[in-house]
Amino acid sequence: MATTTSVEMPQEEKIWGGGNQPMGASYGKLMMWFFLISDALTFSGFLTAYGLMRFQYESTWPVAENVFTHFPGLEGDQPLLYVALMTFILIMSSVTMVLAVHEGHHNRKIRVGLWMLATIVGGAIFLGSQAWEWYHFIIGDNGGVEVVFTDDRGAQTLRPANADGEFISLSELVHGPSDGGHGHHEHFTKDQVVEAFAAGDYQLRFPGKEGIMVGHDESVTLLSDERAMVVQGANMTRNEYGHKQFGNFFFFITGFHGFHVFSGVVLNFIIFYNVMLGTYQRRGHYEMVEKVGLYWHFVDLVWVFVFTFFYLV
Amino acid sequence: MAENHAQGGTRKIWIVFFVLLVVTAVEVILGIVKPEFLMSAPGGFTSWLNYIFIILTLFKAYFIVETFMHLEGERKSLRLAIYLPVLILIPYLTFILLTEGGYMMAG
Repeated sequence: MATTTSVEMPQEEKIWGGGNQPMGASYGKLMMWFFLISDALTFSGFLTAYGLMRFQYESTWPVAENVFTHFPGLEGDQPLLYVALMTFILIMSSVTMVLAVHEGHHNRKIRVGLWMLATIVGGAIFLGSQAWEWYHFIIGDNGGVEVVFTDDRGAQTLRPANADGEFISLSELVHGPSDGGHGHHEHFTKDQVVEAFAAGDYQLRFPGKEGIMVGHDESVTLLSDERAMVVQGANMTRNEYGHKQFGNFFFFITGFHGFHVFSGVVLNFIIFYNVMLGTYQRRGHYEMVEKVGLYWHFVDLVWVFVFTFFYLV
Repeated sequence: MAENHAQGGTRKIWIVFFVLLVVTAVEVILGIVKPEFLMSAPGGFTSWLNYIFIILTLFKAYFIVETFMHLEGERKSLRLAIYLPVLILIPYLTFILLTEGGYMMAG
């Protein structure tokens, strides 16, 4: 690297003897890499814990395509499309970051600044998208019910289903099938739900992949129990989609990643500001852009894994 | 090192971007269509489709680390210092949790 020019090439036996850069990278860059390794292990801990819980509670763990179904401006179920768009935005901002680093090697101040600005904008759009997704996750869509089984299954969040075993929303349950999926604007009382449920040929369905059904009569008994409740939306205690841990993991993993993105945008902005002040031009190299770039690519890298293990698998 | 990279131009960056884009699109299409013949689970653990997702994810991660984070141009000692801890510890952690986790609900 350009920063090592004052040091003569060390003799072979002195390479770890100090006074040079044995790994060919500056102290700052090396420490960024080692920080990223520890961060990678943290995220892998979260994701494997998620996998463990998911396999443990497979029958009540919601299928992601039944949870994340919204796309701005489109009606009906659009599974995966929105997260695909978010992934695209993050990959794109990674590309603009590499281009900023690339221009930095040529000491072109204005171009570095422009690509960094594009990266910041990409990161901000991603954060906005995540806020939008959290909003819809928290406010809920179809609604569910929490019932308490007398056996060791205990309290479970289930969703109503029609005679064919297909999920229906609370809105469809109370107002009839013609009402579409916009149930989240209305809050339903337990009496409304129990009354509509008992009147028609409905059953309860576990949200998990196997789709275990609870028959009509048993469902009505469970719903009439005083401990049963209507669940709409999501919070840290319970969520309408399924197992309680699912909501917690969603908030924690995407929240922790989102916080990384936020930190990345702030760091990018500080470096962008310094670029425009000419700090790195005077210094003669743009290694600071490279270092913050490593962090930014790492945020993209983690999202690739979150995308797979939270939304696809 | 940096100078050599700069001479290479931006072509490779855009190729990698295109690869990442196509792989993500394939994942999304597979995730929406969920082809029936991929849903069986070899060995009863998880489906072929999930194995495909995981392989494609590692494929994408490789390109991000090698090209975007430019690990391909670093010295071997740095590459090993970064790859080895991650490649040993993460599979180890996954293995431990997935096998020992079976005891969690046993009691």
